[in-house]
Amino acid sequence: MDTHDQFGLRGTVLRIFAVAGAAALTLTVGQLTPLGPSPQRAEAKDDKQVLTVAVSQSVDSLSPFLASRLVSTSIHRLMYEYLTNYDPKDNHAIPGLATKWEPSADKLTWTYTIRDNSKWSDGKQATAEDAAWTFNTMMTDEGAATANGSFVANFKKVTAPSPTKLVIELKKPQATMAALDVPIVPKHVWEKVDDFSKFNNDKKFPIVGNGPFVLTAYKADSYVRLKPNKSFWRGAPKFDELVFKYYKDGDAAVAALQKGEVSFVSGLTPAQAAALKSQQDVTVNDAPGRRFYALATNPGAQAKNGKKFGDGHESLKNPKVRRALFAAVDRGTVIDKVFQGHAVEGEGYIPPRFSPYFWKPAESRRISYDPAEAARLLDEAGYKKNGDGKRVGKNGKPITYRILCHATDPPDKAVGKYLQEWWGKLGIGVSLDCRDNVSDPWLAGEYDLAFDGWSVNPDPDFVLSIHTCAALPATPKDIGATDNFICDKKYDELYDQQLAEYDATKRAEIVKRMESRLYDTGYMNVMAYPNAVEAYRSDQIASITKMPEAAGNIYGQDGYWSWWSATPAADGESSGGSNQTGVIIGIVAGVVILAGLGAFFAMRRRATAEDRE
Amino acid sequence: MTAEATPSPVGKPVGGRTGSPAPAGPSAARGPRVRGTAYPRYVAGKLGGAAVSLLAVLVTSFFLFRLIPGDPVKFMTGGRQVSAQQLAAYRREFGLDLPLWQQFTDYCGKALTGDLGTSYQFRAPVMDKISEALPNTLLLTGTAFVLYTAIGVVLGTRAAWRHGGLGDRLNTGLALTLYSIPSFWLGLLLIIVFSVGVGPVPGLFPTGGMESGGEEGFAYVLDVAHHLVLPVVTLVAVEYGQTLLVTRSALLDEMGGDYLTTARAKGLRDDLVRRRHAVPNALLPTMTLVFINLGRTVAGVILVETVFSWPGLGGLFYQALSVPDLPLVQGLFFVFAAAVIVMNTLADLIYPLLDPRVGR
Repeated sequence: MDTHDQFGLRGTVLRIFAVAGAAALTLTVGQLTPLGPSPQRAEAKDDKQVLTVAVSQSVDSLSPFLASRLVSTSIHRLMYEYLTNYDPKDNHAIPGLATKWEPSADKLTWTYTIRDNSKWSDGKQATAEDAAWTFNTMMTDEGAATANGSFVANFKKVTAPSPTKLVIELKKPQATMAALDVPIVPKHVWEKVDDFSKFNNDKKFPIVGNGPFVLTAYKADSYVRLKPNKSFWRGAPKFDELVFKYYKDGDAAVAALQKGEVSFVSGLTPAQAAALKSQQDVTVNDAPGRRFYALATNPGAQAKNGKKFGDGHESLKNPKVRRALFAAVDRGTVIDKVFQGHAVEGEGYIPPRFSPYFWKPAESRRISYDPAEAARLLDEAGYKKNGDGKRVGKNGKPITYRILCHATDPPDKAVGKYLQEWWGKLGIGVSLDCRDNVSDPWLAGEYDLAFDGWSVNPDPDFVLSIHTCAALPATPKDIGATDNFICDKKYDELYDQQLAEYDATKRAEIVKRMESRLYDTGYMNVMAYPNAVEAYRSDQIASITKMPEAAGNIYGQDGYWSWWSATPAADGESSGGSNQTGVIIGIVAGVVILAGLGAFFAMRRRATAEDRE
Repeated sequence: MTAEATPSPVGKPVGGRTGSPAPAGPSAARGPRVRGTAYPRYVAGKLGGAAVSLLAVLVTSFFLFRLIPGDPVKFMTGGRQVSAQQLAAYRREFGLDLPLWQQFTDYCGKALTGDLGTSYQFRAPVMDKISEALPNTLLLTGTAFVLYTAIGVVLGTRAAWRHGGLGDRLNTGLALTLYSIPSFWLGLLLIIVFSVGVGPVPGLFPTGGMESGGEEGFAYVLDVAHHLVLPVVTLVAVEYGQTLLVTRSALLDEMGGDYLTTARAKGLRDDLVRRRHAVPNALLPTMTLVFINLGRTVAGVILVETVFSWPGLGGLFYQALSVPDLPLVQGLFFVFAAAVIVMNTLADLIYPLLDPRVGR
């Protein structure tokens, strides 16, 4: 027998693999133990204070002209100054790149004074010329208008007569000129871009900006790293680095927070929030949200040219039916059971955190949970029960409403089940139509009711505009900006009035009248204002500004307040005990592996010897 | 036996024999010694088949995903005020204003030059997005593949050789149990135990991602290796059972063979009979599985990539489907299918080298 053939070459290869494997394993074990840096320490190496925020949404683009996702626009808030910002106390407009702004007497020209102490991170001065170039590019280039084109739709002309003076001429009065959420980019960098529709601003770092942070590194779906802008006019942020780190799974993100690998997690479920509340060194922030959660009816899809389309149920055009349906919704149960207390009962269209615009109905007008009243209203409207206890439509068929819901949104499905129960008792059937992508039936008007919800900005213009007749599609084939095809002349008149009203108090009054009108017409039933539930490591973050400051949220603010203001906690509190155990286990694991390999080699050696014999 | 009549092992992911009779003896086991013109003809046939399959995938990927409900432009602009001019510009930019047949010919023409279009949501070439994520997926699934294949073959061989014993029952039972555990659940469990730490077990590994960021050189390699451990362990734990069971089953079939009795009668040591004679002859079903798994490595493992926030193709595919980002979905589907086709073809080309009766 050729023992060399048997064990020679193959044995050598095996041994090489085994030794390499042992080395790799030992190395890995060494790396895994805190003999090497532990994850927490890794973040804090060189005594750097790193603020790590867990995110899940992919960056769609790092170009401010293209990005529309929340994570991207939030990062742009940190990289670039906007003309104005929002006060973290009460959301009113405050200076950003512009120190002051004023309209002309005819309300058609706005003049902004641009600050002289804002520099781009490459050392050049930020001027009115940069702002004018940004707006003009959006007005003239289709690609550059992708994300923020609506902000310049009413602009007639933008000029920069001097480095500190920006003049914007409008086609018609616009009260939202202190709420232009458009990142101003450096002209000397961006004028070299050939095609704005394809330039993603994600290849050359650091990215030149003038915000509180400078983006220094980005890897898709892995991390976004930002360093403080030491020359930021408002003062540099206090952490040495801000990192947005990707966690595609919410539970994994919570685990990372528990471990201390990340400093902040948002979008917690009630169960996650409950688990984290008992965790040492973790603070759960259950803040009033900026969203409303509503049930909307399809009042009959229509285009601006008067053409009707879609197949919304005819009965929903009757205000009594809409009122009856909403009177049969127990909003208290929705808050308690579906949101498990992490929401506030809905009333008016704009959440209470935007106090200047918050409106709620007087008690006498309030649509409370009252099934008997709902049944009476349906009887009155002519939709009576048949012999089987089902309400029948004008065509004699029992009514079953199709409710469009988001398949990925658990509250939609849960509320849908309750509606089946509540409306079922009224004799009305409910069919839940849950989809990943609800856009198509929604835009085609092919639904009866739909779960609806919007994040509201400090300036409510956008969420009000989506119910104007002007937001309807031009023809049934076009796409409008409408939410639910509502077109009400009285509402439109009020909308135009508020947009032309430059006095903040008077404008707020008109906005409240619009909300009142929306409530009375009954097309929308705001059921809840879901809270923003988030948590942070109090052993890493000593203090952080919420918005509103009194009891607001941290992630997704209108401004850069949270990350700019965050103050590091004194370090080294959380990982000591774990390190010791880790060292012991690491050493034991290494020894076990080496002992195992030793035994393996001994047995191989013996087998080889036997064969030789 | 003709090539057509030979039951192709491809497409048989699990289980027993491939239909071939037991080899005559040890000398036949080592194969190949390819003969005459049969092998080139066999190769040409397989390559031709692969090319046709790739073409079919190209066509299918274009039309299949157009069945997904949803107008991409509507989705992209949903919730934003856009003018009719902007909408037209979008359609023009992505070629959606062209007739379907023209979109198809453009797509095929560009695909042949390696251009799979531009992603709607990322405004970047599909090939760029795939090239970004592909190495990450290959690192994860490739490492896991090597480990679970090796573990599966070794344990499967041992289980079969001592079948019915305690070791066999334990091995098979554990493999079946792990194989039936959902990978995302196991992943989460490993994160809780080995990342966060439970009781005396400290949190040794990162909770997710592929790197801490900011590391360079060897420190970067170690950092990635550190992040790699738990997702690889999850994949290996869930996947090795399949290889184990196939290897075990194939080897059990071989174990009654006369040539093994002959080998033993010649006085060869049992271990030698197993490794030199039985295992090589039982390798064909395992090889089939190995190549199928190799093809699958490109597709990544969506759930494991999600749980461990691994920036690979699986996560990208999920994102592309949810829009739907047609060019990205099509591109990924094509790459996934192409990987399987290439690996299956490779397996077909290698079989005659392992077993001379294939391709004769």
